[in-house]
Amino acid sequence: MITAERKPLEEIIECIRPYDRILLVGCNECVTVCAAGGRKEVGLLASALRMAFMKEGRTLEITELTLERQCDPEYVEELVTMIDAADAVLSMACGCGVQEVARRYKNKPVYPAVNTKFMGASVSQGVWAERCQGCGDCILGLTGGICPVARCSKRLLNGPCGGSTSGKCEISDDVECAWQLIWDRMKELGIQDRYEEVMVAKDWRTSRDGGPRKIVREDLA
Amino acid sequence: MKTESVLEKVLTSGQLAVTSECGPPRGALPDKVREKAAMLKGYVDGINVTDNQTAMVRMSSLAACIIIREMGLDPILQMVTRDRNRLAMQSDIIGAYAFGINTMLCLSGDHPKFGDHPMAANVYDLDSVQLIQTVKQMREEGIFQGGDKILNPPQMFIGAAANPFADPFELRVARLAKKINAGVDFVQTQCIYNLDKFEKWMEGICDRGLDKKVYIMPGITPMKSAGMARYMKNRVPGMDVPDEVVKRMAGVPKEKQAQEGVDIAVESIERLKNVKGVHGFHIMAIEWEQIVPEIVKRSGLYPRPEL
Ligand code: SF4
Ligand code: SF4
Repeated sequence: MITAERKPLEEIIECIRPYDRILLVGCNECVTVCAAGGRKEVGLLASALRMAFMKEGRTLEITELTLERQCDPEYVEELVTMIDAADAVLSMACGCGVQEVARRYKNKPVYPAVNTKFMGASVSQGVWAERCQGCGDCILGLTGGICPVARCSKRLLNGPCGGSTSGKCEISDDVECAWQLIWDRMKELGIQDRYEEVMVAKDWRTSRDGGPRKIVREDLA
Repeated sequence: MKTESVLEKVLTSGQLAVTSECGPPRGALPDKVREKAAMLKGYVDGINVTDNQTAMVRMSSLAACIIIREMGLDPILQMVTRDRNRLAMQSDIIGAYAFGINTMLCLSGDHPKFGDHPMAANVYDLDSVQLIQTVKQMREEGIFQGGDKILNPPQMFIGAAANPFADPFELRVARLAKKINAGVDFVQTQCIYNLDKFEKWMEGICDRGLDKKVYIMPGITPMKSAGMARYMKNRVPGMDVPDEVVKRMAGVPKEKQAQEGVDIAVESIERLKNVKGVHGFHIMAIEWEQIVPEIVKRSGLYPRPEL
């Protein structure tokens, strides 16, 4: 899923300071799962903002709404009845959701209330970690199911580098060395002999380097 | 002979080669480069010029290599894949060769986190193994990584680094094998203080016959003080400094520690000279270039062969 974290309250307040009426929109998908921008977080942020404005002697009118999926035009359409009553939209969805609102409601300012972080998985209660960079040409089949592009700090395709120490990455004791994990898994699978095959330079065109990407499915279009 | 490299000539002649290192200055100070290189003149077969070492901005390796080349010496262009993509790296390789620089070292480089621009984008378009492959292809097939023909392709003698002490240890021989598969000609290692472990690594290399495919030059760094020994032991990732070495350094009075460090370096060279598969030494005296001649002389590696 896509993970996100709420921005600091002060930063959000600065964004919406010029407005009196805010439409605060959450999303029921990824940001709900990672507890950054679902219904609950929308409620919490709304009260925090009201309080902060009250302290400044102002009243902030906030309409709260959590859409099923903010990156989907069908659901973003639901805002149509309330958009005119707001001076600005504050979105708690990932960057995709924020942009979908901006695309649909052309003359309404929209501000992100979260920082979209990465595509990751849940590691334990309250902990998420990066797993995929969407390189567009998946090589997990060659690396024992562990992604060096997303999980090696230098995205080495022929790691590990000389800084790998006791299973940890040279950048921090908190980061596992992806290549230690790959090697352990290769051993587990009995495919160690594949390690010495050189992984050739990657074609990054399928990744962000090839320009903004798009999928067109003729069969569905 | 694959190239015009002096290092290649010495290595293929079967004599022990010697290289050393020069870190370019953190500013436009060409005389600093000249000063450091001049200290090494006549004592080494090649001078590695580091490329934004420890992820700190310095004069470019290419520019410093040109300065050294113009002194009539033999620079080794170090290139990390951290800062530039494959276009930039290949154009620098051509540029270097156009100035008569014919030996290089392909590295992945330290993560920007360790340097003075931790906020910088981390490129890694290629990794060190893929850079080796690219330089080899430029030399042997005369084509760019992208496939187009090169006019007067650069003939580079290709080096890489190896760290016998990084984890997982069981992969350290395999990783060298991978660099050999990619086309590396010589390897300079991480500083060796744990000689037993280094010898074990070399055994693994010789058992697989890899010593016949690549020239291995152990890295030797004289320590200036017990403090430096402790710092290297505890702070530098992938460095293995045994307790005995720290103790030995700490066991002599402060003013004699530098001499002790040099003694250790010379003794290490003497011992490693006899290890099968060792073809020379890479003496990295960090900000202490003036000590290199003494180490080379005392190790019986002086004078350097005239080839
Ligand atoms: S190889 Fe590419 S697509 Fe596959 S997990 Fe890694 S980044 Fe994602
Ligand atoms: S220590 Fe491991 S994860 Fe970190 S950069 Fe090196 S190979 Fe990649």
